[in-house]
Amino acid sequence: MTATSPDGYIGRSVPRREDRRLLLGQGSYVADLVLPDMVHAAFARSQLAHARIVSIDFARTMAEPGAVFALDGAGLAGEMPPIGGMQVTAPKGWAERVEHRIALPPQNLMASDRVRYVGEAFAVVCADSRYTAEDAVEAIDAEFESLPVAVDPEAAIAPEAEVIHPGIGTNAVAELHVEKGDVAGAMETAPHRIRRRFRHHRYAAMPIECRGVAAEYDRRTDSLTVWSSTQVVHWVRKEIAFSLGMAEEKIRVLAPDVGGGFGGKGHVYPEDLIIPYLARRLGRPVRWVEDRHEHILNAAHSRDNIHDAEIGFDDTGRILAFRDRFIVDSGAYSPVGAGVAYNTTAHLLGPYHVDNFAGGTTVVVTNKTPNAPYRGAGRPEAVQVTERLMDIVADTLGMEPAEVRLRNMIGPERMPYEVGLPYRDGVPMTYDSGDYPASLRRAIEEVGGVDGFRERQKKARAEGRYLGLGLGCYTEGTGVGPFEGATVKVDPSGKIVVSTGACPIGQGHETVFAQVTADAWRVPIEDVVVLLADTSTLTMGYGSIASRSTVTSSMAIGDASDKVKAKVLAVAANLLEASEADLELRDGKVSVKGVPDMAVTLREIAAAAAPGWLSRRPEGSEAGLEATSYYEPPTVTWAYASNAAIVEVEPDTGRVRVERYVEVHDAGRLVNPGLADGQVKGGLVQGLGGALYESIEYDETGQLLTGSFADYLLPTAAETPPIEVVHMETPTPLNPLGVKGLGEGGAIAPPAVIANAVTDALKPFGVEFNTLPIRWQDVRAAFDAAG
Amino acid sequence: MTAKRSVTVTVNGETRTGEAEPRMLLSDFLRETLGLTGTHVGCEHGICGACTVHVNGEAARSCLMFAVQADGAEIETVEGLADGETLHRLQQLFSKHRALQCGFCTPGMLMTALDLVRHRPNLSEAEIRSGMAAVLCRCTGYEGIVHAVAEYASGGER
Repeated sequence: MTATSPDGYIGRSVPRREDRRLLLGQGSYVADLVLPDMVHAAFARSQLAHARIVSIDFARTMAEPGAVFALDGAGLAGEMPPIGGMQVTAPKGWAERVEHRIALPPQNLMASDRVRYVGEAFAVVCADSRYTAEDAVEAIDAEFESLPVAVDPEAAIAPEAEVIHPGIGTNAVAELHVEKGDVAGAMETAPHRIRRRFRHHRYAAMPIECRGVAAEYDRRTDSLTVWSSTQVVHWVRKEIAFSLGMAEEKIRVLAPDVGGGFGGKGHVYPEDLIIPYLARRLGRPVRWVEDRHEHILNAAHSRDNIHDAEIGFDDTGRILAFRDRFIVDSGAYSPVGAGVAYNTTAHLLGPYHVDNFAGGTTVVVTNKTPNAPYRGAGRPEAVQVTERLMDIVADTLGMEPAEVRLRNMIGPERMPYEVGLPYRDGVPMTYDSGDYPASLRRAIEEVGGVDGFRERQKKARAEGRYLGLGLGCYTEGTGVGPFEGATVKVDPSGKIVVSTGACPIGQGHETVFAQVTADAWRVPIEDVVVLLADTSTLTMGYGSIASRSTVTSSMAIGDASDKVKAKVLAVAANLLEASEADLELRDGKVSVKGVPDMAVTLREIAAAAAPGWLSRRPEGSEAGLEATSYYEPPTVTWAYASNAAIVEVEPDTGRVRVERYVEVHDAGRLVNPGLADGQVKGGLVQGLGGALYESIEYDETGQLLTGSFADYLLPTAAETPPIEVVHMETPTPLNPLGVKGLGEGGAIAPPAVIANAVTDALKPFGVEFNTLPIRWQDVRAAFDAAG
Repeated sequence: MTAKRSVTVTVNGETRTGEAEPRMLLSDFLRETLGLTGTHVGCEHGICGACTVHVNGEAARSCLMFAVQADGAEIETVEGLADGETLHRLQQLFSKHRALQCGFCTPGMLMTALDLVRHRPNLSEAEIRSGMAAVLCRCTGYEGIVHAVAEYASGGER
């Protein structure tokens, strides 16, 4: 046994446990699973955005070589209920404080009477290979009758618009409103008022591994094993149990290696339920693996907001009133409800003190792919609005954008700071810790300072070159509840075994939770076994969404460890005939303080704690060294960041070249700084993709125009600029480790930052970039208009 | 068209024979027929590069080739890089520079980088970025990948 690290593992860039298998090509993803007698599923997906299903005929389908089974949506609807319990619930404190009307449409697992977006499944086929399954899908004879299509969300809420879900009666499926202070009064009397419309376009998580599900049914035990490329195994199990009428304990859901998720695999999809159903019905294992076109058509899209915002301010740049009304284009269904929309509202105020605020949303259904959270989950939209407005205020007053921000920022002396609005967990929003102005000053310093930049900018303009400086700040609620679970055991081998509800998608959870556990137990990290993303190892879990796992799983591991350690000490005291107060746990053994030779190992203690004739545990104590804890966070921890970027805009091509990008990020204490850095940088590049390249587009008939990687452009190594991340580490007082969440942060600011930088670069032409993405055509047009 | 044909390839030095329909992609032949699932499929239309392998010494997207086209070819995949238990130097550098997160693009990244370095001496960072743009990574933001390839190409520490 190697020695424990004297300073512990938390705070060190411990190498990843995950790397070896992934580098060797020995990772195991859903598409790699081969089960005996397995059949392959393929879905028939609508080619029309809105249509009534007239008939579906499988006669030719079942005549295809290799075809085993076919079922349409109406047939399935008779067997399984619509997807249920999907909406993230509205907690009491939220429901009482936020005016709301929510009437979300139910989603049949496959379309049964009408299809509502291009890509919606209306039938599924199983065959002996993926090739034959696709052949069989091609041979389905289906007839549809077109219905009017709603692509534009504003048109979809016009009185004459076709109602997409007749049962709901309107396409405006949710309305939310929250307010503090007297926004109308303050706006009325403000010396300056500006209004703008902002559009944040539709883009998506786009992991390189598409989604996939495999399932196997065991007739003998009436149980299911399901492998899904998901971020939420316990949630998937719950929905399977509900829809198939089975006990949860009869279902095991695992996420094997998952090739990225970024929120796009963060909720339960119809296929998560249909594939297990087919496995049970056919009595054969079934595997379905999406192809890329299918993924872009059918996996959730995100963002897609239209904001009408107004801000009132005085001559010094002080914000007096702020209101924003926005529309979320939800697509045909709303798999996680109005949570993302409220997330946008809750993050509009960011790091600024504003007394009078109102935020309101209408969630609108249209004939497009459903919209669900993607890295940032509503925050990039909010930050675009607020941070563009900060620049517009500065421009109006002839001030530096940095100055306006600093003038309105909440200083460290005001922590903890009560925002005056509820968070979506129902708890009043309270910024817990941090130094927002310091982060902004540092970001500006890293790009050479404002004055230095203005000099460069002036000089460049004289040479016909256009440089711009963009800033962007945000706060981010992280580590949200409702809970996360962990089970901790001392294995008979003496190793510490932890299982938790976190579902890794590349972050390095196996490594991070080994660090946390090794420090909790003061054992060498090699003696920690981490089990993740497997419902059989933990009764209740929540999953890895919303930048929550390091906070919530670590706390659950800590709580459960405390319970087991108390027992370990009690058993050791019995073995050593010493008082518990005289004992210490270190290096995998319990010894008498000051007498290292008087010691028992965890392996010996585990044997002594076991039930049976050889047990040597104290009288009256329960057998075994195992405990489970469910951590329910009091509320969220607030991460934050300030960004600064310098861009050069090319007049001839409209190309935006990012010369330098800095984010000063504070997520409290970092468990593994190297992995934290990778999370933030990866997020930043996704944000740059959203700012400049990635866009999901539809034509007016609801046809997807960007159904391949030739049309939907992800950033490559060639476009990615030099990025620097500075980590501040202000611990949160809300948990003993001082950790905050950081998975999403990077993706939040770049759209706003690049919009600000490009607008700054083109200031001589007076063009504002308030619509995303920033396309070269629009940049060119700005130059052309100026002649 | 669907009549199966026999395809023989040398994969990582081993001669392997399998049956493939003429339409079967090389990526599927490697993964499904030969069980070499280290090669991943991310788009099946030749853009993401996750499925990159070496065919007769040159990087190729295995999703853009039919298995029958590879009959008689020498193929190298990610499974052939390590020397027993010892990781290939580039694999070690990927770990050192945190050039992977979810690991899904990694096999394609490794095979592409080896091809790039073999063909282009004295790579500049811009050339590495341009060469590695052949493969999409959604996790890392590419910094670690560029550093790992640069150190490998330079043959020394970086």
